[in-house]
Amino acid sequence: MSTTRTETGPLVDGATGKWEIVIGMEVHAQVLSKAKLFSGASAAFGAEPNAHVSFVDAAMPGMLPVINRYCVEQAVRTGLGLKAQINNVSVFDRKNYFYPDLPAGYQISQYKSPIVGEGEVIVDLPGGRAITVGIERLHLEQDAGKSLHDQHPHMSFVDLNRAGVALMEIVSRPDLRSSEEAAAYLRKLRAIVRYLGTCDGNMEEGSMRADVNVSVRKPGGPLGTRCEIKNVNSMRFVAQAVEYEARRQIDIIEAGGKIDQETRLFDAKKGETRSMRSKEEAHDYRYFPDPDLLPLELEDAWIEQIKKSLPELPDDKKARFMRDYGLNAYDAGVLVQERESAAYFEEVAKGRDGKLAANWVINELFGRLNKEGLEVGKSPVSADALGSIIAMIGDGTISGKIAKDVFEIAWEEGGDPKEIVEKRGLRQVTDTGAIEKAIDEVIAANPAKVEQVKAKPAMLGWFVGQVMQATGGKANPKAVNELLKRKLAL
Amino acid sequence: MSELTDLTIADARDGLKKKSFSARELADAHIKAIEKGRALNAFVTETPDLARKMALESDRRIAAGEARPLEGLPLGIKDLFCTKEVLTTAGSHILDGFKPPYESTVTRNLWDAGAVMLGKLNMDEFAMGSSNETSYYGPVTNPWRRKGANTKLVPGGSSGGSAAAVAARMVLGATGTDTGGSIRQPAAVTGIAGIKPTYGRCSRWGIVAFASSLDQAGPMARTVRDCAIMLKAMASHDPMDSTSVNVRVPDYERAMTGEVRGLRVGIPKEYRIDGMPAEIEALWQKGIQWLKDAGAQIVDVSLPHTKYALPAYYIVAPAEASSNLARYDGVRYGLRVPGKDIISMYENTRAAGFGREVQRRILIGTYVLSAGYYDAYYIKAQKLRTLIAQDFDQAFEKVDVLLTPTAPGPAFGIGEKTDDPISMYLNDVFTVTVNLAGLPGISVPAGLNNEGLPLGLQLIGKAFDESTLFRVGEVIERSAGPTPRPGTWWEV
Repeated sequence: MSTTRTETGPLVDGATGKWEIVIGMEVHAQVLSKAKLFSGASAAFGAEPNAHVSFVDAAMPGMLPVINRYCVEQAVRTGLGLKAQINNVSVFDRKNYFYPDLPAGYQISQYKSPIVGEGEVIVDLPGGRAITVGIERLHLEQDAGKSLHDQHPHMSFVDLNRAGVALMEIVSRPDLRSSEEAAAYLRKLRAIVRYLGTCDGNMEEGSMRADVNVSVRKPGGPLGTRCEIKNVNSMRFVAQAVEYEARRQIDIIEAGGKIDQETRLFDAKKGETRSMRSKEEAHDYRYFPDPDLLPLELEDAWIEQIKKSLPELPDDKKARFMRDYGLNAYDAGVLVQERESAAYFEEVAKGRDGKLAANWVINELFGRLNKEGLEVGKSPVSADALGSIIAMIGDGTISGKIAKDVFEIAWEEGGDPKEIVEKRGLRQVTDTGAIEKAIDEVIAANPAKVEQVKAKPAMLGWFVGQVMQATGGKANPKAVNELLKRKLAL
Repeated sequence: MSELTDLTIADARDGLKKKSFSARELADAHIKAIEKGRALNAFVTETPDLARKMALESDRRIAAGEARPLEGLPLGIKDLFCTKEVLTTAGSHILDGFKPPYESTVTRNLWDAGAVMLGKLNMDEFAMGSSNETSYYGPVTNPWRRKGANTKLVPGGSSGGSAAAVAARMVLGATGTDTGGSIRQPAAVTGIAGIKPTYGRCSRWGIVAFASSLDQAGPMARTVRDCAIMLKAMASHDPMDSTSVNVRVPDYERAMTGEVRGLRVGIPKEYRIDGMPAEIEALWQKGIQWLKDAGAQIVDVSLPHTKYALPAYYIVAPAEASSNLARYDGVRYGLRVPGKDIISMYENTRAAGFGREVQRRILIGTYVLSAGYYDAYYIKAQKLRTLIAQDFDQAFEKVDVLLTPTAPGPAFGIGEKTDDPISMYLNDVFTVTVNLAGLPGISVPAGLNNEGLPLGLQLIGKAFDESTLFRVGEVIERSAGPTPRPGTWWEV
């Protein structure tokens, strides 16, 4: 497998000099579908063991697989989202090995002829940098069941609920160069499939998991021997696994050793990778075309129809946000990470100050959601409510500071922000008479400060603070500033 | 009542319709014949209670004027078809006690057409064999014996129980499956008719898989017409089998006009193999003459890749089998022989559960699919398969049907070839080509040899042109004259 990336990436230090980490990923994404890939059984998560098992899933004698058309459509949709080649003809193969959670003794997968060919993903990195990661292929395959080793003193149990669930294996080129890039790639891939509605991206439930191929080399040198780290199931673990594995490999090479090609496991508790099996122990899967299934033939018209139904994807949405709302790349990137967040933002920003809306959504809303561990869809403050808060800032009804209080009240107690402002008398004081009165009182009470501010105009802030305090924060700060300057003759 | 068991399916159908006898009487006559014929070991499981219950329902329907196409006709089912709540063994120890919670599409079609199930028929283990000697349930004995001899002969295989049961008048007809000749070869050596339809004509859903790209179900009965009647009911497009084909199932009986004038019959020269017994050559010539006499035009054709068919078959079939049989692992159903860990449980179960021939084929199949050998064996075999199919395509530009012998010889003695797998595999030399190309092939009884043993002729047709095979087959059948009964020497 060759890398499509030409520029040298970030480097890490070793005892003998700089090293470059080379990473490729195979991401397994569970297809969002009601039924499994080759049987009508439910693909839902979280049922009682063996509640979703058809005769096909249990590999009963004489049972035959029948392809689920919707899963194929989902794979095509994903391929289109990855700007990839959709193959009009693809073939399902059998990957043969024995394991109790693999009832047929083979997994139906796609080997030589996958449904999706080459594509690319643009990954944004902090600092406005972006890299293009090549996609080598995407293929459809069945998930296996689950062995349960903790249910009985000397027996293992098998749960086949997952057996036969459709997975998309998305294989990247070794175009990633750091743990940060690897995590960012996975995050982007997750955003794309979630936008497309082809995978829920739920890593905790295992709907998305990554096999990470890591090797190290001297900058510009030939690719090193890689190790594959299996089944890493969070962005954080991907980053940890890469860091640990790269360091391990550098240490071995610098100590005069060599890397053995092998499959490794990531131990999330210890934050390290461990050898699982060597290349010599690798299975011979004896792939051959599944004679129970015909080659999958897709018509261009059908592919075209799916293409037309694609939603706006993160990259396009980001560009539009920058263009239409005047956002910077970073803010736009943050807002489009989740389809729901982007939609929330657009509702808030509709007919209002886009930049202000972006600030509020990113800082106040996301900050609060993160603190509470909530999804945007579960926000107690609706987009409509936040929009009306921002509108009130815009027309001077409330100050930015008061707006935060209103947001807090709306979050905790609910209610229409406009009513909150009215009922609690939070409307900003723009009546210059009332402000002047407060200013006069502050000036009269602090003659010493008045002298000082004449020498040092920066002390105006102190007066602003006093006036705001005196007006319960409701005075229009702009008006306070202007009036103070005039009265103090600054 | 014994004459009821001598009826053809067509005659029994008429008799039931005319109420000359009841379905219950017909079922009872066969149940009795099965009891008397146990020495042949044709059945793995007899289902007399089920048969009587189904027959009573048939009588009710006949009385109510609601008779279906196969109403009340008692049949036997090869034990490769899953039958709901009825033990299904595939002739193997490894499926001990397996009662499927589902019914295969083909048998479902038969029961929906009103047929009555007499039981499950013995067969070579997982349909791997040409003599029914690899069955865990013991060999089946052919009802035919050499003139003046008591040597027990094999009924062919793998549908040996089906063939023996039909020939011995224990069933009116039976289902078989044919992966490399498993319907046609046993039909030939027991003096009955049997057709392997075009691949995709019958659903494979619910049939224990041997080699998925070759397996096809078909009927075995005493006449060509009976096969036509059965196939009409068995065949269907099945959305549960992605390889089943959505084409109309014609009225095969209507196609049997007895007319073959002007029909072009191809004689493939490559089927004249080295060491072919003179009686087989003579039989072939007789068949050619019969069709010529009936007005058909005989055309010499060439199928140049024929000699590669058997080796290609013995790569493709074991390869698929090695994967298809991986599911018999002792985890979910059938036999389990415990072990100290999962690997030893697999090993113990599969060592005890599979017989030697099945193990041999799993090993061959695993070998040919292995890294480094796949291209040399499996890919090459697939290429040959394409060439063999092209041979047929080219031949069918010139002819309507091909005529060949079905098997290279008559029934042989039990135990005669068990130590020589290659000589056993040679039984399929005329039949495997048809499976590799996915075409229909029928074996028609064509008389007895000098020792009094039945021989068969094979007709090969274009894809989905079973109608022509039935039409031409009936002409050969008529020309050969009625096959005598094999006697009743086995009855107790």
